[in-house]
This record gives sequence, C-alpha cells and structure tokens, in this order.
Amino acid sequence: MLDAKIPSGNLDDKWVDYKGHCKLVNPANKRKMEVIIVGTGLAGASAAASMAELGYKVKAFCFQDSPRRAHSIAAQGGINAAKNYQNDGDSIFRLFYDTIKGGDYRSREANVHRLAEVSANIIDQCVAQGVPFAREYGGLLSNRSFGGTQVQRTFYAAGQTGQQLLIGAYQALERQVALGNVTMHTRHEMLDIVKIDGKAKGIIARNLITGELEKHFGHAVLICSGGYGNVYYLSTNAMGSNVTAAWKAHKQGAYFANPCFTQIHPTCIPVSGDHQSKLTLMSESLRNDGRIWVPKNLGETRKANDIPEVDRDYFLERRYPAFGNLVPRDVASRAAKERCDANYGVGTSKQAVYLDYAAAIERYGKIEVSKQRLSNTSDEQIIAMGKEVVKEKYGNLFNMYAKITGENPYEVPMRIYPAVHYTMGGLWVDYELQTTVPGLYALGEANFSEHGANRLGASALMQGLADGYFVAPYTVGNNLADEIYNAAIPTTHPAFEEAAKKVAERIASLKNINGKQSAESFHKRLGKIIWNECGMSRNEAGLKQAIADVQALKKEFWSDLRIPGEINEYNPELDKANRVADFIELGELMCVDALAREESCGGHFREEYQTPEGEALRDDENFMYVAAWENKGAHEWQLHKEALKYEVIKPSQRNYK
Amino acid sequence: MSQNTMNLKVKVWRQKNANAQGAFVTYDVAGISDEMSFLEMMDILNERLITEGGDPVAFDHDCREGICGMCSMYINGKPHGPWQANTTCQLHMRAFKDGETIVIEPWRANSFPIVKDLTVDRSAFDRIIQAGGYISVNTGNAVDGNSLPIEKQNADDAFAAAMCIGCGACVAACKNSSAMLFLSAKVSHLALLPQGAPERKSRVLNMVAQMDKEGFGSCTNTGACEATCPKEISIANIARLNKEYLGASLSAQ
Repeated sequence: MLDAKIPSGNLDDKWVDYKGHCKLVNPANKRKMEVIIVGTGLAGASAAASMAELGYKVKAFCFQDSPRRAHSIAAQGGINAAKNYQNDGDSIFRLFYDTIKGGDYRSREANVHRLAEVSANIIDQCVAQGVPFAREYGGLLSNRSFGGTQVQRTFYAAGQTGQQLLIGAYQALERQVALGNVTMHTRHEMLDIVKIDGKAKGIIARNLITGELEKHFGHAVLICSGGYGNVYYLSTNAMGSNVTAAWKAHKQGAYFANPCFTQIHPTCIPVSGDHQSKLTLMSESLRNDGRIWVPKNLGETRKANDIPEVDRDYFLERRYPAFGNLVPRDVASRAAKERCDANYGVGTSKQAVYLDYAAAIERYGKIEVSKQRLSNTSDEQIIAMGKEVVKEKYGNLFNMYAKITGENPYEVPMRIYPAVHYTMGGLWVDYELQTTVPGLYALGEANFSEHGANRLGASALMQGLADGYFVAPYTVGNNLADEIYNAAIPTTHPAFEEAAKKVAERIASLKNINGKQSAESFHKRLGKIIWNECGMSRNEAGLKQAIADVQALKKEFWSDLRIPGEINEYNPELDKANRVADFIELGELMCVDALAREESCGGHFREEYQTPEGEALRDDENFMYVAAWENKGAHEWQLHKEALKYEVIKPSQRNYK
Repeated sequence: MSQNTMNLKVKVWRQKNANAQGAFVTYDVAGISDEMSFLEMMDILNERLITEGGDPVAFDHDCREGICGMCSMYINGKPHGPWQANTTCQLHMRAFKDGETIVIEPWRANSFPIVKDLTVDRSAFDRIIQAGGYISVNTGNAVDGNSLPIEKQNADDAFAAAMCIGCGACVAACKNSSAMLFLSAKVSHLALLPQGAPERKSRVLNMVAQMDKEGFGSCTNTGACEATCPKEISIANIARLNKEYLGASLSAQ
C-alpha cells in the first residue's frame, strides 16, 4: 500500500498544523537552492513566481515561445472559491464536499480540504495582481454557478478567466525574470529527468530552436506540464499539449495514477469532418443560462426554431430535476450520448444536441426592462436587450461558435457534443505533491490528486493556482531544508552525461526510422482507438482489443515513421514525433487501468457496471483506491494501491435528482 | 450545412532559418472543404509535403481557438487574414473562393526576427512586460478581494485592455512596426485599476524605454493596429499611454 503521508489530526487542522511545523530554509540558504520548473501554465508560472519571491533560484521551461501561451490560457468559465460573497450558504466545507462528491468519491479528503481552504486566498492574490474579474455595479466581485453545485461561487472574467489568471501569473513570473530570480527557457522541451542516488537532481532539455540538448541541475524538479487529453488526438487541448514531461518522469520511477480517469466535457462544438485537428469547448458557464434539449420525436425533420415546446425533450431537466442543466460533466456527457445513441441527435452528423439560449435571452430582456424602468416595450425590444446582456456575459464564446460553424447562436440554438477536455489522472503525488521519486514533484493537471474520477467545472484553475501559489512553496521547502547540506552538482557529473546520451540516442533512432508515415497520422490513429474503446464508455472486450491495437500501432510507428528535416535545427515534426511516441505508451496504460477498474465511477464508465437507470455503479468495497502504476519495462506495469479513507464524508451513490 | 470543396494555390514564404535567404514558393492544395479552418488547410499541405519527402512549412500555432496568441500569419496582405476581430487559427476556408491564390507571409518586423518560414521570435514582448508590466505583489500579500471596490466601468475597461493576446498583429500591421498598441494595452490595464497606482509612473517610463530599446518603430496614429487586432483593442489605449507617459515624464524629476 502506498503512503500519501497525510498529516494526522482533524481534517480542519491538517494543513494549518503542517504549515506550522514544516521545515523552513533560511533566506541565505534559499539563495543557494535551485529549483527546476517544467511548464509555465497556471501551476508552473505561479510556482515559479512564488518560489522565486521566496528567494530560490528558479529555472523555468516551456515549449511555447512565451510562458503566456500555456494552455491554461484557454480556460473559459471561471474559478471557484469558498468566499460566500453571495451569502448563499457556501463554506470551505461545502466546496470540499461538492468536490469530493463531484469526483465520485475517488479523491483524497485531506488534499481536497486543503484546496478548499486556500481557494479564497487565490481570489485575493489574483485581485491584488490586477486580474480584472467581473464586477457588479457596486464595484464588488461578481459570481456565477457551475455544474455540480447549488451555490454561486465561481469568479470569472467574461469567458476568458483562464487568460486573465494566466496573464496575472505570467506577469508575476516575468517580474521575477527581470529581478534575476528566474531564468526562463522558452521553446525548450524537457526530455528526461536526471537522477542521482535515487533523487531527482535535474533535467535534460532540448532547445527547440537549435536542437541542442542541454543539461540543467536542480535541487528539486517540479513537473507542471498539464494533462494528457491529447492522447485522444481530438480534444479541446492546445495542439502542443503533451504528456512527454510527465511520461519521462513515469519512466524514471514516478508512478502514474488513475490514467483512465479522463473528462469528457458535455458542451463542445461537434466534429465536422476527418480534417478536424482539434475541438473547441463551449464553456460550462453556458449551462447556467442555456437549456439543453433534443427533439422528442424520432425522425424529427423541422428546424430547431420550428419545433414547439411540447415536442422538445429537455433531457437533463427531465432526468435530474434538482440540478437540471447543471449536473456534473460526466453525467451531462453520458446523457447526451444516450440520446444520440438512441437516434435523437441533431445536425447533419446526428451526433449533437441543442444548447438553446432563447429562454435566457427573453428572461434577461425582461430584467433589463425592469432595471431601466421602461414601459410599453415590444417583444423585439425585450429580445434585443436580452441579447445585449447575453453578449456581455458570453459574447466571446458566441463569436467563437459563429466563426467555426458559420451559424448565429443568438438566433438558432447551438449544436454541441461531448469532447475530451481534461484528465483527472496523472503522476501520483503524496500530500506534499511529491511523486514516488524523491525531489520530483507534480503540480496542477499533471498530478492526479484533487478531482477523483470527475472534476467539477471551475476547479482546474483553482487547483493549478492552489498548488503553485500556496502549497508547493511550503511543501517543497520542507524537503529542500534537508538539501542545504548538498551543494549544486555540476552538469559534468556522469549521471547528466549518461542521461543526455540516452536522449540523443532516442532522437537519433526516431529520426533514423526513415519510414513513410507522419507523426500526425499515427497520432490520429491512436486517438481513434482510445476514443472508441477508452472514451465515454468502456467494456472488457473493447479494452482488450484496444491494448492489442495500440501495441501493434507502436510497432508500426517505430518501423514506418518519417521525420523530415534535421535533428540539429528547428524541427516541429521531430518534436511531435517525440510526443506521439509517449502518447502511444500512455494510451496502452490507460486501457490497462480502465480494464483493471471493474466498476463505473465519474468519467470512467464501464458498461458492465451500471444501475438500472444507466447511472455509474461504483464498487467501494473493491475499488476504493487510487491505482498507481509503476513502469516495469515495455508493456509492463505493476499496480500499487493507495486506499482512500473517508473519515468525514460518507460515500453514497451520487444523486443529482 | 453542406460542404463545398475547392482547389487553391498557396504562395508561402519559405526561409530555412534566421540567416538564410527567403523566397515565395507556390503549392497547389486540392479538395479543401469550406468547413476547414485555415490551419487545417495548412495541415493538409504539410501532410502531403512530408509524405512526398519534402520539408513541411513551419508555423506557430497552439490553442487553435483564438486565445493563446501563438498563430501569426500575414494572409493576403493582412495579419490574421481577411476576417475582422479574428486570429489565423479561427479563420475558416469559407472566407476563400475556389481557384484563389492565397499569399502567406510571416510577421514582418525587425524586432520579430524570423525563426523559420512563418515562425518568428516575439520574445521582445516578454522583455517589455519584464520592464514593468505587472503589479509588484508577492504571493501572500493580498487583502480580501472585496475590500477594494472598483467602479464597474473601470473594471470593464481594464478587462477590455487586458484581453490582448500578445500575438503581435499590431506590429505586423504597422508601417513603422510600432508596438504601441501592445504596450498601451498593458499600461491601460494596470493604470485603470487602483492596484496599479503605486507603480504607475515608473511602469510607463520603463516599458516605453524597453520598447524603444527593442527597436520597434514610432506611432503615427494611423490606426492599422486597431483595425487588425483580433481582440479589438482600442487605439484609445494609445492616447491613455501618451497621457500616462507625459504625466510621468513631467513629474519624474
């Protein structure tokens, strides 16, 4: 059994006690300690800024041309915090409870409680940095609601919350660059962890402009490289998002936890054809006001606006009256799939449902009429005013939809379908966010910790920033306190030389395959296998087939890949090939994990295990654990279990009815 | 929606690296659906180049939903192409007609040296931010978020300026390669908020100095930047920047 090193004591006191008793590093010693941070999204940028402010020497790496590009920037809807500004009954406990329940009781109580505790500090910190959150006329912060909750605790900046939070963290990071406390390496990709005496002591990074391999020492290494949703090829992730840094850590001994826990987001723009390179999310915040429906009658041919109320099936409101359109993502996605599988889908592909704003536009129009004390307003005026309100709240999302589909969502309902969005699984970490390799940490989406089997909306931004601003600075420091006796190791050390040599050999072997097919084409094929068999629903036969298919694809990849260009130059195809090679290995592990977890929970839906109503059927007796996989060589993994002990919350079947 | 397919020519700037001589090369791309995004059309071209043993066209792109600011193509004489308030990645092929020749160039500016083909180096923008584009508040220093009410109009205006994605289209559109719209967006974002007040003067002076040091040109208020900005950042921000700069210069002594 794995030990998560959860502090003893009452749940409410654990983090306070930890902070009060953890070891500290004095300012003079901090200046001698070097910290490597891989990835500069919300988790990485906030950690880099905060660690540098404390006085550590930070080296940060990102593959993009600037840390401001990290994919956190695309997060739309908002960030949760237990501020209770709305006086609607929110509290740290309620945020904690909602997150545990939303995660279908597969996350760790102590971590989630800590997340809820620091959530309020995050909002304060971001406001102080100048993040322009939405405000009310009185000048105070505005909130909205997200799925899986009955309070309004989500802070937002139109549909660009991730952008604004990332820019805040990015600016804090660049300030530390200017002060000389952070050395920023853009267009660099981490290609291996260097271990000395079993501890992580540095990385090998490839300069993506020159192709040169660089050796970097660090007393600690923080992996903040995001999730692995791009294993499906089509996802809402950015094109460059990849699992490589996390996978290299895994190959060096870090266990990979719950890889089959992936999140399929219910509201995305549907696939339009084989050419599709990525999918675009329509923020969950749209479910605040939008209503999701399909036609009630099979073979409906009328246009959406011509279908009368009586012939519409608002299936989420019908099935889940208590939460309605705001059920958690896994539940909403499966419900949409169920309707489409039963042939009620809409659009040319029939793989879509409607997200309708007509009712919201009318409602907001009427509110405006009262606000502005108008009388004798026509229906058209009310609708026009309603559209203005909707535009202010969701304008950028509606524009995005119009650009992609060529349809006007203010006039006709949007067509949406579930798509891969987030990965709850990731590197296994203990309470201190340390992996099973000493000195190696994982923050943000790259770790597995807070969201169990399903993440609630507006919680990813919260977790990334919690880890970076408020958790890692304490927990990494606690371990660095023991490192003050160890001087920096020169990168001429044989361990660095050997690691660099291995990376160079791997790149050369990829390049020397000299086959016929592009990395992209392999990636597409991998994505199809994983989406079909390890996507929204899974079964034993399909998973076994997928494992065989992925293994065969791996063989083909390593015998028929073509990488144009040279190794020692700017070569995006080489970068991609490196990443696809890792995705293929991860894909196999996802299926292995999904096969081993003989229950349904959260985003992991095994067809064999469901209630008569088609809801996920957990098996707490046998599967209430974190599945942490240790790499044992090609196609081989050993399962380690971390038992999940619920001391405060009593797990029950999730009920959103 | 029905799909139409078209056959096009793309005339692309090819340049092996920063020091090499560049030139236009024309490629035929056939069977392009009008539902494709512009970059998906480029993917198809690259896939073909790779299978034919050629060198694919290098271009920056990442989120493909118009927010990361990475994509940067100068299409038919306009940064990000023909659509208003749009990034290259959001441009779709229904903007073009069958048989058309599309000319694609990188951002052209001395301060954005070419890395390869359509990829340029925009690290000058990061260095401008390093010169003062932040509020100096360490983690843990913050007071309660609601202890400082901010007038909604100011908050909204600050947000409108903060929407800048740092893509550099403003520089590419400007005949002088000026970075004033980018710079003014950041100065405005922070100057409009009370949190930004303590560093207001040093911020604008230092950021302008860094912009000049990077070699960006002067602003002549032509407005090409505003017209091309994918996030419709207003040129009024440049007026605010000038006011901030003047005020700071006069009181700096």
